[in-house]
Amino acid sequence: MNILVCISNVPDTTSKINFIDNDSKFDKNGVQFIINPNDEFGLTKAIWMKDSNNADVTVLTVGDSSADAILRKCLAIGADKAIRIDCEAIDASSVSKEIVEHCNEVKYDLVICGRESIDYNGGLVPGLIAGYLDYNFVTNCVSLNIENGKAKCSREISGGIEVTESDLPLVIGAQKGLVEESDLIIPNMRGIMMARQKPLEVLSAKNIKARAIDKKYFKPQEKAEVKLIKPDELDKLIDLLENEAKVI
Amino acid sequence: MGVLVYAESENNIIKKSALEAVSYGKALAEKIGSRLNCVVINCSEPNILKQYGTDKIFNITNDSLKDFTSRSYSNALQQVIKAENTSILILSSSADSKYLGAHLAGFTDGSFISNVVGIPDNLDPFTVKRSCFTNKGFSSTELTGDIKIISISANSFGLIENNGDGKIEDFHIEDISSTITVSNIEKQSGKVTIADADVVVSAGRGLKGPENWHLVEELAEVLGAATACSKPVSDMGWRPHSEHVGQTGKPVSSNLYIAIGISGAIQHLAGINSSKIKVVINNDPEAPFFKAADYGIVGDAFEVIPQLITKLKNRK
Ligand SMILES: Cc1cc2nc3c(=O)[nH]c(=O)nc-3n(C[C@H](O)[C@H](O)[C@H](O)COP(=O)(O)OP(=O)(O)OC[C@H]3O[C@@H](n4cnc5c(N)ncnc54)[C@H](O)[C@@H]3O)c2cc1C
Ligand SMILES: Nc1ncnc2c1ncn2[C@@H]1O[C@H](COP(=O)(O)O)[C@@H](O)[C@H]1O
Repeated sequence: MNILVCISNVPDTTSKINFIDNDSKFDKNGVQFIINPNDEFGLTKAIWMKDSNNADVTVLTVGDSSADAILRKCLAIGADKAIRIDCEAIDASSVSKEIVEHCNEVKYDLVICGRESIDYNGGLVPGLIAGYLDYNFVTNCVSLNIENGKAKCSREISGGIEVTESDLPLVIGAQKGLVEESDLIIPNMRGIMMARQKPLEVLSAKNIKARAIDKKYFKPQEKAEVKLIKPDELDKLIDLLENEAKVI
Repeated sequence: MGVLVYAESENNIIKKSALEAVSYGKALAEKIGSRLNCVVINCSEPNILKQYGTDKIFNITNDSLKDFTSRSYSNALQQVIKAENTSILILSSSADSKYLGAHLAGFTDGSFISNVVGIPDNLDPFTVKRSCFTNKGFSSTELTGDIKIISISANSFGLIENNGDGKIEDFHIEDISSTITVSNIEKQSGKVTIADADVVVSAGRGLKGPENWHLVEELAEVLGAATACSKPVSDMGWRPHSEHVGQTGKPVSSNLYIAIGISGAIQHLAGINSSKIKVVINNDPEAPFFKAADYGIVGDAFEVIPQLITKLKNRK
């Protein structure tokens, strides 16, 4: 079985978010980049499927060479092969189409994405890929079992869990639950050494036009100082929530 | 050029998040100078949409849409978009609508934008504001494409009543083949879920142990709220994983978020930043959460919560 894991390279959550060039660009200076957490859950699941489903695992990112470090880490975690489609990732639609072009050349039975990325938080790429390719799609995926070419997936829904069955090929949006945090694989020395022997292929992009272009960024308004209420004046809190904030 | 809203329903009741999408759709239709159409799927009571400014309601009734799958629902909406020559589709940010939006955008080759927080500043070029970087930033984004799909962030626009014709028209859809089937749904009934709640009451390690959670549940009950928790609380098994909010858990975009005994770590805040009003109850005046709060009480949760419950009960 052939699995593709799409990896987004995102700033660590503790990063300071700043904008430069007249607020038209995100300031990468001093920012630590990590594998998008949802993608890491998906990658770990894919690595497990190497044993359970005799799978071959390719990781792919659409981005410039600054993403290579993250791809090397994925190889050290256990992926067999890495691909970078060389261009600047501008919007979900162009990124998805680059991935789709690749999927049309190399057939994958399963495409694993994260449910959403923690930078642009769109949650768009997996659905777009599934739509363009006309593949089945399950997002918020918390369990996956593939046997005899049939996939059984659970999806977290509002207030519960839904189980679906489908054929392959399939695209999933992974999240915590698919594997747990304690299952995440920390690369060891052997993994890192082996990663050096593994292929990291750089493909040229098809240069698909973006359709959603961020023209300007803003920071949220500075929060007003917290209003402190004494524990023995709870009536005041209720009054503020009712009449000032109007939320109860 | 027409604005269409998919008004999601559950058990025949239009969801509140859908009414917000309709309110947004109405404001946008007015800005464009067009009428507002809505589509409902297997909902026999769509009349309420009229009060939010809907002119025409396309009513789809079809057995093969009994269970939601993004594929079959996308297929149905795609047929409406085509028949009505829709150029803008508005969706709420419920789990199902978010799921459906990107899939539908792929099928229709439309352009999709999510987490939108306001009506477009400009129609040509079409420029709309959305949140990003887990709400630590916003962007003004230019959208091109013949079909634009816009999913709005929960509680960012509010409900606005308006008059519309509210004419209901049955919309017949062609056969829908689904290659994915729902085989089982397990759902807790009667409980307010984090995604749908206006108010969320959340607690952290400061509550000391699961045996004290009756306080959180009682407070949630008087407020008609959903319950949530910090990550260590679900990791230790005090509460189910589905209640964990934050960077690695669920996002919360409620009108009111009450945080009890939660320190306010950045990973926790990442998930709740987009909630409107935050109340923090913590016995440590130095807890970082106070910096992100609108109202704060420095005090012992075990004293404050029971009093708050009593006072809220007496208020009613
Ligand atoms: C990669 C990563 C991802 C993470 N993702 C998340 C996430 O998604 N969500 C999340 O929540 N965390 C997440 N965390 C963990 C986060 O950093 C914090 O450790 C966690 O949020 C702390 O939980 P807490 O506030 O419940 O506990 P604590 O930090 O222990 O805080 C307990 C608070 O309770 C107060 N308190 C104690 N007794 C009382 C009392 N009697 N009355 C009132 N207040 C009292 C204390 O003053 C303290 O402020 C993540 C961490 C990492 C590294
Ligand atoms: N530039 C990219 N290259 C490869 N995969 C991506 C890229 N951006 C997003 N993805 C995938 O799509 C998922 C959702 O991203 P987003 O639509 O940005 O929220 C991520 O978790 C990744 O799996």
